[in-house]
Amino acid sequence: MAKKRAFDVTTLPGFTFIAVVAFVLLYAPIATLVIYSFNGGNSVNQWGGFSLQWYVVAFNNEAVQDAAIRSLIIALWASVISTTVATMAALGTTRRGRFKGQTLIYIIINQPLMVPEIVTAVALLIFFSSVKVATGYTGLGYLILAHSAFCIPFAYLPIKARLEGMDTSMETAAADLYATPWQTFRYVTLPLLLPGVIAGAMLAFIISLDNVIITEFVKSAGQDTLPTYMLGQLRRALTPEVNAISTALLALTVLILIVFVFVTKKRA
Amino acid sequence: MSIAGGQRSKGANGWLLSAPALVLLVFAASGPLLIVALYSVLEKGDYSGVRWILSGDGWFRVLFERDIFDQTVSLADANLSIFWRSVKLSISTTVITFVLGLPTAWFIATRPAKSRAFWLFLITIPFWTNLLIRTFAIMEVVRNEGILNTALISAGLISDPIQIMYTDTAVLIGMTYVYLPLMVLPLYAAIDRFDFRLIEAGYDLYASRWQVLRGVILPIIKPGIIAGSILVFIPSLGAYVTPRLLGGGKNMMIGNFIELQFGQGQNWPLGAALSTVLLLIVLVSLVVYTRVSSRDNPHG
Repeated sequence: MAKKRAFDVTTLPGFTFIAVVAFVLLYAPIATLVIYSFNGGNSVNQWGGFSLQWYVVAFNNEAVQDAAIRSLIIALWASVISTTVATMAALGTTRRGRFKGQTLIYIIINQPLMVPEIVTAVALLIFFSSVKVATGYTGLGYLILAHSAFCIPFAYLPIKARLEGMDTSMETAAADLYATPWQTFRYVTLPLLLPGVIAGAMLAFIISLDNVIITEFVKSAGQDTLPTYMLGQLRRALTPEVNAISTALLALTVLILIVFVFVTKKRA
Repeated sequence: MSIAGGQRSKGANGWLLSAPALVLLVFAASGPLLIVALYSVLEKGDYSGVRWILSGDGWFRVLFERDIFDQTVSLADANLSIFWRSVKLSISTTVITFVLGLPTAWFIATRPAKSRAFWLFLITIPFWTNLLIRTFAIMEVVRNEGILNTALISAGLISDPIQIMYTDTAVLIGMTYVYLPLMVLPLYAAIDRFDFRLIEAGYDLYASRWQVLRGVILPIIKPGIIAGSILVFIPSLGAYVTPRLLGGGKNMMIGNFIELQFGQGQNWPLGAALSTVLLLIVLVSLVVYTRVSSRDNPHG
């Protein structure tokens, strides 16, 4: 008979098994998708030898190039704008005790996390379509605005968390040494806060880069981003080109997340 | 004192510093929601859009239809089946993600401190990965020529592929897959704070494992269970991408039905009314959540 292991209070029957199954189920489809992006054949599920041809195809596809550049432009703007306003809001709502209306500010800031995306998408479609008619402007501005707005809570949360963990004594010391409020902020608060700001900007960047639904509804003709381009492709005959684009996006996301983990781990 | 210190009141500074974020959000997120509510009570335009005349037709058509010949009113069965499918699939998704998610969260929380971050990171990657990519990955599994059918056929278990794609089952598999991390993360947060000595106490008092799970663990991590359920249920109910790609045209959910009204359906007031309904359901769930969690967790 097998030797019985010591009784461990943290073990529950079947839990480890189900957990392992869950991890396998989470990763098997993604792994398959990545593997078939290196397929030499034309099929997304018939293996035809290792090849990078679909990356070349995707890279040389003008529609993909345009969509990728558009995605990056929007994501950069959205992360810069949302992080800036989120930093200010975090400074305004953290470490100074409660004030009247604070809950309302929290609700508005976190609203994009709560409202179903399809509802926001429809709302922006209605609103921006009349603005488009009224102003005649049909540029990327609408997408940048919409993305900046729904990225705010993602930028806000890590910055707020960082601020709450920060000691106020340094700022008090600076003020005691006759630093102006701006000098205190610029030379004391901001450098201490920076990891939170970078983390917030990165999350906002990923969220903007990945957005499908709101972009699909707000974009004007010829303003496909990488995800909306892929959405269009997924309804047609599939080639491993979609796998290649997905894998590239996935790699970028993982890379940003790894940097994120290192930035947030470092303590000031 | 920080930049916002000085003589001015805390509140004024808080509002001032938050103002740019609030303006942006009210302009490009919250404000337009009010326009949706307004459009739901206007008359439908000839093609798309609305006429600026008050009308209850948008709301009427959420549940009813009027016969075009004799004007008799009847329940709109097509709409009801879409609502029923949405609710059924969202509840099923929540339950399945919980059954898979609880052991997963438990597993991560009971790893040694060193490897815990790694396992947590493994859950975080899918969480931050593009929803479209994850749905595409599931499409490749359940398609007739997909991995699952290919594997079953080559194993000799079936001779013809099972039609999973474009069924409710495909949507359920897809939603479970994409929303599982949303269940695991709050459950993990709750279990991570769990005092494992309580389990020891339970065993000392001759509780079985099942009794410990039901009587000790589940009540204590209840806030995490509620948070996870809300986080899965709300996006499931409003899901758009997953049912569109995996369910096809026939197996619509509310999200796709709303989109239809702004596309081919060309009935903006109905679409706006449906959006408002979805919004209200979410609001009610959140209120219930806040009530329940503040009652259960007086310290939190």
